[in-house]
Amino acid sequence: MGLLYGLIAVGLALIFGLMDVTNFAHGEFLMIAMYLSFFLFAFFAIDPLLSAPLVAAALFVFGAVIYLLIVRFAMRAKANAGMVQIFTTFGLAIVMRGLAQFFFTPDYRSIPQSWLGGKTISIAGIFLPEPQLVGALVSMAAFAGLYLFIHRTDFGRAIEATREDPGAVALVGIDKNRVFAFGWGLGAALVGLAGAIMASFFYIYPDVGASFALIAYVTVALGGFGSVFGAFAGGIVVGLVEATTALVLPPSLKSVGIYAVYLLVVFIRPRGLFGSI
Amino acid sequence: MTPLLETRGVWQRFGGLVANSDVSISVGRGEIVGLIGPNGAGKSTLFNLIAGVLPPTQGSIWFDGEDVTRMPAAERCQRGVGRTFQVVKSFETMTVIDNVIVGALVRNTVMREARRKAREVLEFTGLAARADVLASDLVPAEKRRLEVARALATEPKLLLLDEVLTGLTSTEAQTGVALVRKVRDAGITVLMVEHVMEIVMPLVDRAIVLDLGKVLVEGKPADIVRDPKVISAYLGDRHAVGA
Amino acid sequence: MDKDFAARRRRDLIIAAVLAAIAALTPLFVKDVVVQNILILTLMYAGLSQSWNILSGYCGQISLGHALYFGLGAYTTELLFTKFGVLPWFGMLAGGVVSALIAMGLGYPFFRLRGHYFVIATIVIAEIGLLLFHNWEWAGAAMGITIPIRGDSWLKFQFLRTKLPYFYFALVLCCLAWFVTWWLEDSKWGFWWRAVKDNPEAAESLGVVVFNSKMGAAAVSAFLVAVGGSFYAQFVSYIDPESVMGFQFSLLMALPAVLGGIGTLWGPVLGAAILIPLTELTRFKFGGSGRGVDLIVYGTLIVLISLALPRGLLSLFSRPKKTGAAR
Repeated sequence: MGLLYGLIAVGLALIFGLMDVTNFAHGEFLMIAMYLSFFLFAFFAIDPLLSAPLVAAALFVFGAVIYLLIVRFAMRAKANAGMVQIFTTFGLAIVMRGLAQFFFTPDYRSIPQSWLGGKTISIAGIFLPEPQLVGALVSMAAFAGLYLFIHRTDFGRAIEATREDPGAVALVGIDKNRVFAFGWGLGAALVGLAGAIMASFFYIYPDVGASFALIAYVTVALGGFGSVFGAFAGGIVVGLVEATTALVLPPSLKSVGIYAVYLLVVFIRPRGLFGSI
Repeated sequence: MTPLLETRGVWQRFGGLVANSDVSISVGRGEIVGLIGPNGAGKSTLFNLIAGVLPPTQGSIWFDGEDVTRMPAAERCQRGVGRTFQVVKSFETMTVIDNVIVGALVRNTVMREARRKAREVLEFTGLAARADVLASDLVPAEKRRLEVARALATEPKLLLLDEVLTGLTSTEAQTGVALVRKVRDAGITVLMVEHVMEIVMPLVDRAIVLDLGKVLVEGKPADIVRDPKVISAYLGDRHAVGA
Repeated sequence: MDKDFAARRRRDLIIAAVLAAIAALTPLFVKDVVVQNILILTLMYAGLSQSWNILSGYCGQISLGHALYFGLGAYTTELLFTKFGVLPWFGMLAGGVVSALIAMGLGYPFFRLRGHYFVIATIVIAEIGLLLFHNWEWAGAAMGITIPIRGDSWLKFQFLRTKLPYFYFALVLCCLAWFVTWWLEDSKWGFWWRAVKDNPEAAESLGVVVFNSKMGAAAVSAFLVAVGGSFYAQFVSYIDPESVMGFQFSLLMALPAVLGGIGTLWGPVLGAAILIPLTELTRFKFGGSGRGVDLIVYGTLIVLISLALPRGLLSLFSRPKKTGAAR
């Protein structure tokens, strides 16, 4: 579970941390991905695991378009930039939820049977639910890929450089909007991946994103803004904490453990575990 | 009479870097003292130690006969230390007069008096005409002057000026020099950090030269500019030998 | 010039008095219960947003966790009322004090945090509060508390036949929050808060104890919001954790101020006056279908206003040169 949080969070980390933009619609990206995956299954009988790349690709386009149509302008705000970003993306989240209700109705949906759903696998006598396991594997692969991408490729470095100093970057001929649109696309694609996997074992409904979004924020902040590795580490910490609190506290309180750990961490390290900004 | 400000054997280390080593200086009442030195000499660090941004690693700082080594900046301001910032830090969303009122509130708890005090200071510093303009709309030279005005509104005994004259045009610098004289004439002691010697030398009563974190020499400006040690610190050793 | 300033302060006060008087008279003309309901909510959110604005707008410490204080106000009042028979008026005061104390207690660790880390911490602490109340049997847990009917009186602050008393209380609350802001704006605290928001380091050098300033703002802000929470509990006469401590309240408190003009005297009132009727009307008009049209309309408006007027609606009224002059 922690790795999935990590995957959701790393998409957010990319947007939130690397580009320093607040995205309050992140959970709704996840919701859209889950619905996409659901409909691909319902209409074309494509298993969520297979449709994951498709969903990721669709979300990439979606994220980039959202950036170009809306967020770009929010980032240009001369006054109260932080608040403008928060409330623009918050408004966006509401619209997306509304649209989901409108087109998909507020009903709960689920994918009844998939390759992964409900199955468990036994490794050395420990039973693990398959979807989570696959999720974990995919997450790790995605992390590794992203990490290499950010640190090893020119484009990855361009994202970081653009956040640091858009003016200077423009001078060397990099178009800020292109870079950021790509970053948003990538962030959304990662969420798409997570959404597709989660679609096979979670109920799907218009408000589903909200419950994961906050955990994703906490995960990013816990790991520290501006660090992909931080989001990964944050995801693992969150997963472990959740599992541990589930043992000692009633299930309805499991998030308290995560929140408490976040507070504890930032009180000791005000920039999270690996934060640079 | 005790000096107004005294540092006794002050050290400041940042990790392995020694920014100030064993610095002991004193500033007498009513003086204008220049703290000069080449880049990286530790001027700004010493300045921040005196202003109370951070406590020194070692040594003590005395102000007006009191040990203020560990006193936070806000409290030092209440005791009578006013300062400006090298990188201007105006309250950008507030008007010029509101900026100054913040300073005036240290000694005037009634708003009407604080406002009157702020007016007075704006007249004194020549910013009165710009009182109702947003601080963010000021030109750089005016922002510098606002820094001074704000600090003066706290009615300091000692005014710390951090490169207020650097980067100004010569006319602007002349106005600045005149203002510093006026401040001293109003009975306020001035300690000013400057990088460029030409501007400060005619203005100060005494100069302290820092180099590599230590006090190199101190004395009358006329003696300082002829001191070979100072010349070599500023121009590099080769020049000193050649001269 | 100082005369100008005094005149502007007086003008603000007069406008407020006139507006309050007009508001006080509206029930004479508006008999429709639905509309009255909207008016009450508008006044309440104007007051709440004004209170939020003190900490987040003036002092610059963006809190998205004020639902915690709203809920604490509601719960303190109702627990005292239902379990110990303490009159809501005292409960209201107690709720305010409890919230202010908790806000200050939280301030110790919280005010060391900056930017996103601070904002997320405020969200998280409100969520923790929510979850704790969810699991607190004595306080009704997820079932919440239904406020027993004990009669129709100002003493018990319960009215069965008419909503008017609630309307007047909401008006008083809104006026109180406005007046406190007006009064603080031209006080030592008001200046300190704005200085802290703009540049804490410079503020410190001018004798402002930054930490204490933030604490003061947090306490005033939390107290007023808690009073609003108490009021809301009495008004709806049923509370559960989600309905008084949910994250949406934190946002609903922030929205009017942000849309109207954050850190300004009139922003929250203006924002609430436009936003809340709009919210309620869209919900009323489109909400019945359960198909989310109200959400689409509402969300779109928020996006558009945020993008078009980053300084808030108030910036439409002030001459560009003077923007921020009073703030």
